[in-house]
Parts: sequence; structure tokens; C-alpha cells
Amino acid sequence: MVKDRIEMPTLSPSIRSKSFSEVALGYTYEMALDEASRCLECKHMPCVSGCPVNINIPDFIKHVKAGDIDGAYAVISKSSSLPAVCGRVCPQETQCEAKCVRGIKSKPVAIGRLERFVADNHSGTKTETEAPNGHKVAVVGSGPAGLACAGDLVKKGYSVTVFEALHKEGGVLVYGIPEFRLPKAIVKKEVDGLKALGVEFVTNAVVGKSLTIDELFEMGYEAIFIGSGAGLPNFMNIPGESLKGVYSANEFLTRNNLMGAYKQDSPTPVLAAKHVAVVGGGNVAMDSARTALRLGAEKVHIVYRRSMEELPARREEVEHAIEEGIEFNLLQNPTEILGYYNPDDKRDPKNNFVTGLRLIKMELGEPDEKGRRRPMPIADSEFVLPVDCVIMAIGTSPNPLITSTTKGLETDRRGCIITKTEGGLTTKEGVYAGGDAVTGAATVILAMGAGKNAAAEIDEYLKSKN
Amino acid sequence: MYKIVYKKSLNNTVTLMDIEAPLVAKKALAGQFIILRVDEEGERIPLTVAGYDREKGTVRIIFQIVGATTAKLNHLNEGEYIQDFVGPLGKPSELEGIKKAVIVGGGVGCAIALPVATALHEMGCEVHTVIGFRSRDLVILEDEFRAVSKKLYITTDDGSYGEKGVITMPLERMLSEESYDKVIAIGPLVMMKFTVLCAKKYGVPSTVSMNPVMIDGTGMCGGCRLTVGGKMKFACVDGPEFNGEDVDFDEAMSRADMYRDFERHAYEETCNLFAKEVE
Repeated sequence: MVKDRIEMPTLSPSIRSKSFSEVALGYTYEMALDEASRCLECKHMPCVSGCPVNINIPDFIKHVKAGDIDGAYAVISKSSSLPAVCGRVCPQETQCEAKCVRGIKSKPVAIGRLERFVADNHSGTKTETEAPNGHKVAVVGSGPAGLACAGDLVKKGYSVTVFEALHKEGGVLVYGIPEFRLPKAIVKKEVDGLKALGVEFVTNAVVGKSLTIDELFEMGYEAIFIGSGAGLPNFMNIPGESLKGVYSANEFLTRNNLMGAYKQDSPTPVLAAKHVAVVGGGNVAMDSARTALRLGAEKVHIVYRRSMEELPARREEVEHAIEEGIEFNLLQNPTEILGYYNPDDKRDPKNNFVTGLRLIKMELGEPDEKGRRRPMPIADSEFVLPVDCVIMAIGTSPNPLITSTTKGLETDRRGCIITKTEGGLTTKEGVYAGGDAVTGAATVILAMGAGKNAAAEIDEYLKSKN
Repeated sequence: MYKIVYKKSLNNTVTLMDIEAPLVAKKALAGQFIILRVDEEGERIPLTVAGYDREKGTVRIIFQIVGATTAKLNHLNEGEYIQDFVGPLGKPSELEGIKKAVIVGGGVGCAIALPVATALHEMGCEVHTVIGFRSRDLVILEDEFRAVSKKLYITTDDGSYGEKGVITMPLERMLSEESYDKVIAIGPLVMMKFTVLCAKKYGVPSTVSMNPVMIDGTGMCGGCRLTVGGKMKFACVDGPEFNGEDVDFDEAMSRADMYRDFERHAYEETCNLFAKEVE
């Protein structure tokens, strides 16, 4: 039995920092079998309790050990709709792998990497679908929650239509997560798989504007799932956020991922910045920083007000960012964005472009109500970091387009849709919701789980009604 | 894909198209906008709705050829298709209660001012219109405006048609002679800025329609942010129309040319490409 966790091959940092190719290359067959052999097949299966969708992890790994990749895929598919995606983007170190018994004495079994291996290498098992039952369900949003919900419902025989506001399906998987972390071909494969099962996708349909929830009911949909995500970018409300060279992470990533601004001949522009500061410490901040580097920036800083220990990003992404040369300005917080201004020439083309970010040093004080130590500014510690681009990656909120145009759909103070059941029943009959639209910005796997739970409850609801 | 059912050149640089988009046509109102992509690799550009036919399911757009994307769009003909067309986005014009208004249109902005003028006229409001252009050959929609306006004034920068000068000259006269409920201005930022200043001088509230750079048009990117009344607003969901006096025009003008070099380059490349096709 192999003792040490098998590392996954990656593109060398010097090559990948100039390329949008996927960084993590995935296990080979031998590596996967070796890593699988480290699983102790614990009877009490602690890892499963760490998985938001309760994949039977020891069971799928047992199949991998025996070289039965299709069998492993069948096990994962029972609980997860998007294993190729989740194997790449789940924060495994705080979920399944955090509970792994192997982790006590050495490193936990690389469950995420094995999941990815299985998803990438199975030979395409045939999905069983029930005969069409003639009932129509609408899904709003084609991100992880919507795709999971649509997938489960179509398998149960429902006629499912997914409405997407953008021109391409996939939601945050296509506009938010960069190619080097989640190749778009993988998302397309998942979407095409659903299309093959009969799910209809309508792009360019902004529910809340082009169509309302009530109109969807009028069109004959008997239940509606809202998985519209948390797309509204937050800003800090500090001076200088309207200067040229300040982006929300959403804008910066959408320009590159959805619109392909990183490609030479793209008609969508993005600033060619040399010194970039990304404010925030989550996955979106890491994605933005590493994208800026790949666009040719000489220096990229992550500015985060707490310390490395509290950094919420996935560990592997932080490690990759460090290897690529991203600098971490920890325990620092922006107070102002500075811009160029030529007092002698109001028409100077350089006017109002970013020249720097004023930062104040922080220290960690008493723990707050969530138990996280609160960052406190240190008096007289301000300094200026010279940059020509600032990217705000400090979180997003749910978009009010749907909730503001739907009577009876209630939200909480943060604009999140209120749900009353495990399956996401909202305050409006027949309307279910899940993912970031309900929780505020969270993870792909939680959104996917919410989509699956909603599909089960919509099925019960429509069966009891008809 | 969305079919171009009608195309007409209004002048050398401005084109009108009716696009088959039933979902948008069903809902569109004056003041709202759409976002389109010409082809599979295209950028997303916002254009304000210039009209709609709910029965035919078509939406009218009028655009000026200013960059690579509008040049490509202008290259398409009736019967051909554009890749994506989404909307209606933004809030419709708030016209309720307006009894007498001045509509100010500048250049291609007249295309957007016309449906607002028409809507006001149809609800019984007395419409006085001022439209301004650089020169005679760029004048558009004169007859259409005349049909819905009790008074119509035209200015050209070079004096080749109508009054020589800018729109604030007739506007100032009108505001000093008569009282109005509202001034609604749609056109270049600098024109809207001075229209608002002029209206403010006479104590008349003003509305302007902002058209900043944006990507999704649903509040997701924040690229279209403006400072309005000292607060950050997104033109796509909070606007595109705002109370004129509240808008920080200098900031909006600065942000509008963020990609100037890129756009000029892309436009030249596209023009070269079309020139080669012609050869």
C-alpha cells in the first residue's frame, strides 16, 4: 500500500503563468489506482459526512482500486450531477478530505482528484431516464444549481426548459471560473449531455425582464426552480472606485472567460495592466489575480485584510498562485484608490487612470460572532502600493431582477430568496429556489446539492398535485 | 439567431434595422435598451430601443457606425441574422404626469429621443423638440419628430442646416420664454451635461439617458457604474435614465474613453477587412 498521497502533475509555473491552459493535469491510471489504494474503507465513512451531497466515497474508491472506472462513475452519479466540475473546484480540504482518517497521521486520501479522474476517464455510461410524463418545469439560470435540477428532473420524465440570461449556458462555470482551472469544454460536455437527454435551453432570456415568473406559469410550466445565483458585485465604497482601471472581479473575469478578451483577436477589450492589486481572499480573488498574471502583468498582489490562516480560497489555488509568483499583501486593507491628474491639461489621456492603492496595515483583534478574529486597522500605518489596475473581489449579492418583479416571492435583508423546506420551496406556491440566490455567494457543490434537493421536492409536489 | 427584417441607411454613418425578436418586442418600452452580439465571437454592445412592433414581433434599433462591432453590424443585410439579441433591459422612461416637455436629441441620440417624444405626444403632452447635428448631411428623423412636436428647432454645428450652433442656444430661448415640466435629453455626454445646466438655470427638472460601457446588462459586471447623487448606480439596472442634475457627467465622460486606443485599433482592422472584401 502506498503511504504518501500521490501529487497531481501540474503545468510548470513558468509555462502556465503565460497560458490559459488547465494547470492541474489530473492523475494517470496508475496514479489513480495507487492513490485509491490508500483508502482504508472505514466502516463509519467519515468522509461522506463531509460531502455536501453525500457521495458514497469509499464505495467509488473501491471501484477505482479494482480498475472499474465505470462502476466508480455509477456510484458518484447517484449523488452528483457534475463530478468533472466538482472534482476540480470543490474545496475538498474543508469537506470530505478534512474528515479522512488518513489525514490524522499523514495526508488525507485525494478524494477530489480521484473524483476528477473518474469523471474524466469513464467510458460514458448510459443514463436511464423515465418515460416522459407530460409535465413541464422551468429552470431559471444554467449555473450549477440549475444544471443539477434540470438533470434530475429530465431523468424523472419531466419536460424541462432552462432559461439563461447570457448568450452561453453554464452560469458562473463559464463567466466566472477561468479556463485554466475549469476548461470550458468540460462545462459544454455537461450541458450537451443534458441537451441529449431532452433538456431545452433558452439563452438570451432574462427572467425578471424578458419574462416574469408569473408568465412562465401562464406558459404552462407547473413548477419553477430559481437558480439565478449571486451576480451583483460588491464595492468597498472608498474614494476612487470610479477611476479607469478599477474592475469588479465579475467584470474582469467575465471579459476574459465569457467574452474571451484574453485572446489576441477578441473584440472585447480588457486593460493590459502591468501592476495589479486584487482585493479579497476567496477563490474569485485567486482567479482574478492569476488571470491578470496570464494577461501579462509583471506584478500581481492579493490584498487581504486577515492573515494566510483565514484566507477563504481553496488551498490548492492559493498554492498555485504562490508558485506562479502572486504576492500576498496580508493584514492590509484599502482605504483609497489613487488616480492620475494633470492640473495643466484637462485633456491629458492619462487623466483618471489608476496610479496606486492606499493601504492600511491591520492586526487581528478579538473573535467576532462567527469566531473569526476581527481585523483592526493599525493607526498611522498607511502606505501606497503603486498599481495601474485594481480588481475588487470582495463578494457578490443576489440579483434583484427576479425578486423585484415577482409578487409573493420574499427575500431577507441581504436580498436572498427565503426558502421554507430542504428542497427550497419559496414563499410562492410552485416556486423553488437554491444555490447562491438563496445562500448568498457560496460553492458550486452546495448549489448543485440545492438543485438536486429541489428536483426531488418538485417531483413530489407535482405528483401530489396531479 | 435573430433575423434582420428591414434595413435602411439614415445617413452615411447611421443605420436603422428592424430585428425579429418576439420576446423583446412583446415587452419593450421607450427608454429601455437591448444588448446584441453580431457573431459567435462578437462583443456585447448595448443599444437603446428605437421602436417596436408587438404584432410583427420586431424591435427597431438605430446605430451609429463608431467602432468594429457597429461596422460589422452595418455590413449585414435584410434577411441575414445576428447572433444574440437580449432585452428589454433597464427601466422604461417615467413619463407620467408630464404635460409640457422639451425633448433634446443630439446626433444618433435622436433615435432614442424619438420614441420618448412619440410616447409623450400620444399621452397628450405638448412636445417641443430641439435636435442638433454636426452638419446637414447627418440630420436624421426630422419628419418623424415634426409629426409629434408642436415646435421643432434644428441646429447644426456648421450652420449648413437650421440654426448654426449647439442645442443650448434654442433651448435657452425656449426656457426663458415658456415654462415646462421637464427637459429630456438624449445624446452625447457633453450635450446632456450642458442641457442639464441650462435646465437647472431655469429651474426645470431634467432627465438624461446614459449609455456607458457594459457587458451583461443585468447588474452583474458593474462596468456601467456611474455616480448619481453622490452614490454608485449601475446604468443597466438603476437606469439608463437618471435625474440629470444628479449625474456626475465629468466622471462618465472620463470612463467612456477607457478603451479608446483599443477601439480605434479594432475599428481600423475591421475597416481594412471590409475594404479587402470589396477588392
